[in-house]
Amino acid sequence: MNKLTINSSPHVSAPLDTQGIMKGVITALIPAMIAGIYFFRWQAVSVIIATVAGSVAAEYLLQKLRKKKVQIKDFSAILTGLLLALVLPPAIPLWMAFFGGVFAISLGKEIFGGLGNNIFNPALLSRAFLMASFPVVLTTWTAPVAIDAATMATPLALVKFDHIITPYSDLFLGNVGGCLGETSSAALLLGAIYLLWKKIIDYRIPLAYIGTVVVIAAITHIINPKVFAGPVFHVLAGGLLIGAVFMATDPVTSPVTLKGRWIFGIGCGFIAMVIRLWGGLPEGVMYSILLMNALTPLINRATKRKRFGITGGK
Amino acid sequence: MKKFMTFTFKGGIHPSYKKEISLKESFKQVVLPDKIEVPISQHIGKPADPIVKKGDLVEEGSIIADSNAFISSCIHSSVSGKVLDIKKAFHPSLGPTLSIFIERDKSKAPKEYPKIEEQCCSAQEIIQKVRDAGIVGMGGAAFPTHVKLSVPEGKKIDTLIINGAECEPYLTCDHVMMLNKTQEILEGIGLIFRVLQPKKTYIAIENNKQNVLDAFHCGLKTAESLKGAEVEIIALETKYPQGGEKQLISAISGKEVPPGKLPLDIGFLVQNIGTIYAIYEAVYFNKPLLQRMVTISGDCVENPGNYIVKIGTTVTDLIELCGIKFKKNPKKVIIGGPMMGFSQPGTDAAVLKNTSGILFLSEETAPDFEEGQCIRCAKCVDVCPVRLSPTDIMRSAKKNLWDKTEEAYVTDCMECGSCTYVCPARIPLVQYIKEAKRIIAKKK
Repeated sequence: MNKLTINSSPHVSAPLDTQGIMKGVITALIPAMIAGIYFFRWQAVSVIIATVAGSVAAEYLLQKLRKKKVQIKDFSAILTGLLLALVLPPAIPLWMAFFGGVFAISLGKEIFGGLGNNIFNPALLSRAFLMASFPVVLTTWTAPVAIDAATMATPLALVKFDHIITPYSDLFLGNVGGCLGETSSAALLLGAIYLLWKKIIDYRIPLAYIGTVVVIAAITHIINPKVFAGPVFHVLAGGLLIGAVFMATDPVTSPVTLKGRWIFGIGCGFIAMVIRLWGGLPEGVMYSILLMNALTPLINRATKRKRFGITGGK
Repeated sequence: MKKFMTFTFKGGIHPSYKKEISLKESFKQVVLPDKIEVPISQHIGKPADPIVKKGDLVEEGSIIADSNAFISSCIHSSVSGKVLDIKKAFHPSLGPTLSIFIERDKSKAPKEYPKIEEQCCSAQEIIQKVRDAGIVGMGGAAFPTHVKLSVPEGKKIDTLIINGAECEPYLTCDHVMMLNKTQEILEGIGLIFRVLQPKKTYIAIENNKQNVLDAFHCGLKTAESLKGAEVEIIALETKYPQGGEKQLISAISGKEVPPGKLPLDIGFLVQNIGTIYAIYEAVYFNKPLLQRMVTISGDCVENPGNYIVKIGTTVTDLIELCGIKFKKNPKKVIIGGPMMGFSQPGTDAAVLKNTSGILFLSEETAPDFEEGQCIRCAKCVDVCPVRLSPTDIMRSAKKNLWDKTEEAYVTDCMECGSCTYVCPARIPLVQYIKEAKRIIAKKK
């Protein structure tokens, strides 16, 4: 017998590793990417390339500067870049998109200590920064290629400012104005099913988030159907699906306990709807997630499980 | 009989079990080894002191080490022969331990153990026989059984649970015992029943062993020793670590053993199948604990299976005696199961009273991993059977904040390995936890 290896038990491991999780999420985003490219053509492709390039470049540089091992091969920078692209408007100048990617990694992740240590969702933090710095660009939407107009308001803006409700079929397929990846509900739902099937995300946060939105939308719609659009509209319109399935479920920035995840999802749904219905902006998903990210450490502490055996029962 | 309900606890994992490979053939009795190596510590409690010296002749079944401490066990020689030496030798899980080396006298035939005509009846006599036979928990814990059965004044065992879970991957020794010695095990349960007089007895078996469940249902109908007793056969969900006694108690009754306390403190007692068979042999045949069923398995082994092995047989000798053929070069030799077993630097260790399996794993099954960054996926939190948060403990341990690990109840950890198994970042969580426990124990 040749040399044997000794180390601590256990000696076997589950097949899913971090790289597998990242690759799984990227795979789940393929339908949304395809939909984005279908509706927004070359703009979509170039924005995705720009953000991913910015993220990967920033990670490489910063990890080298911090004298840490370069971890690009774990796919997390690529995923952050991709997620950022999917929540940006298609007409964003490429230098801005690249800068967004750099910001997401440097001030959204590396500055906190790298993977696993950030408090806020890096893609959303970058988007919030871009929105604050370049508000006009970040609120100018391109019409999907099928429609004649060059720019077009998003369905949420249409319902808030003009009281026009976009048909559900357009919302479902993605034939509307909006961010690159958020428009096609169908594509995002496919991604959600894939992630749940592969056990890469826990169903609790998306269910709580979307469920809360449905409840608030339904109640307000019953009270005043002329002003408040119903639950189906609110689920299909805007960034709710991409936010609830791909952003809120980011493990680093969401609670660790099961109860905490319910609270997180409900909180996100509540804040998003308050902004959507009564805030100045038409869309509240981004801020709802960032705000709940800030509360996550507190939620973790508050939902610590009872010690085994203390109560003598389950 | 609740044939369709399966019981379980919260948490746990579903690893790939690979149990079928060692069940293909029937078990075999291994030929006697030419020499045995017997460490003086094969149990929880004070190690035994050798009562023989170099050059002594010993009989099979004679006591070679004993202790007058209560929580201890005596050790027998599993062969007749001569004491070659008493010196420190390699031990599978402790450091170098004093061991008694015995060379077998090939001219002497193995001893016969006929069934005793006069049967003892009293609880005290049964406990004494268990002590004299050197029986300890054979599921791995190795707690001296006579101590476990001696319930202190003021405490009572209401529920007896027979642990037929065998939740570790690869291991099938208990499965084979339950299938082939069903009646004997039921008789053994009857003996424990006589000692403890519990209100209810559960025979708990994982539902991946349907043939065992059927065998017990059948056997219970004719078991004389358990007539009139309240015995229920329970199917457990196949999950790791279902066989942990605290998890078993929680699964069956919903009650949880308080931290730092024993199952005894809430009226429960859990006993392993192998131990029960040893009790049966000790009481009905006056046979001490000299041999046990061991699973030899792993993806490197061409002919995995179960073998009845004499205690003290080294792994090196066992490979030869059992005719173990290797189809791949082993990267790891593990004594125990893959989740909690001990990896060995060589094959010098001997089979002890609580050795349930010897595994030979290849690079494919047990690769080396680079420790990655924790992404707070909380899979470790979800699977922990004791409701700990391994990610928090690990983060505190990395910063040497040992008090914080204690606040996170690291001392409750049973080191089952579920968290480490499931961690996508391949962080050696159990290792951090073991270190934290060690430092906390040193401080006290």
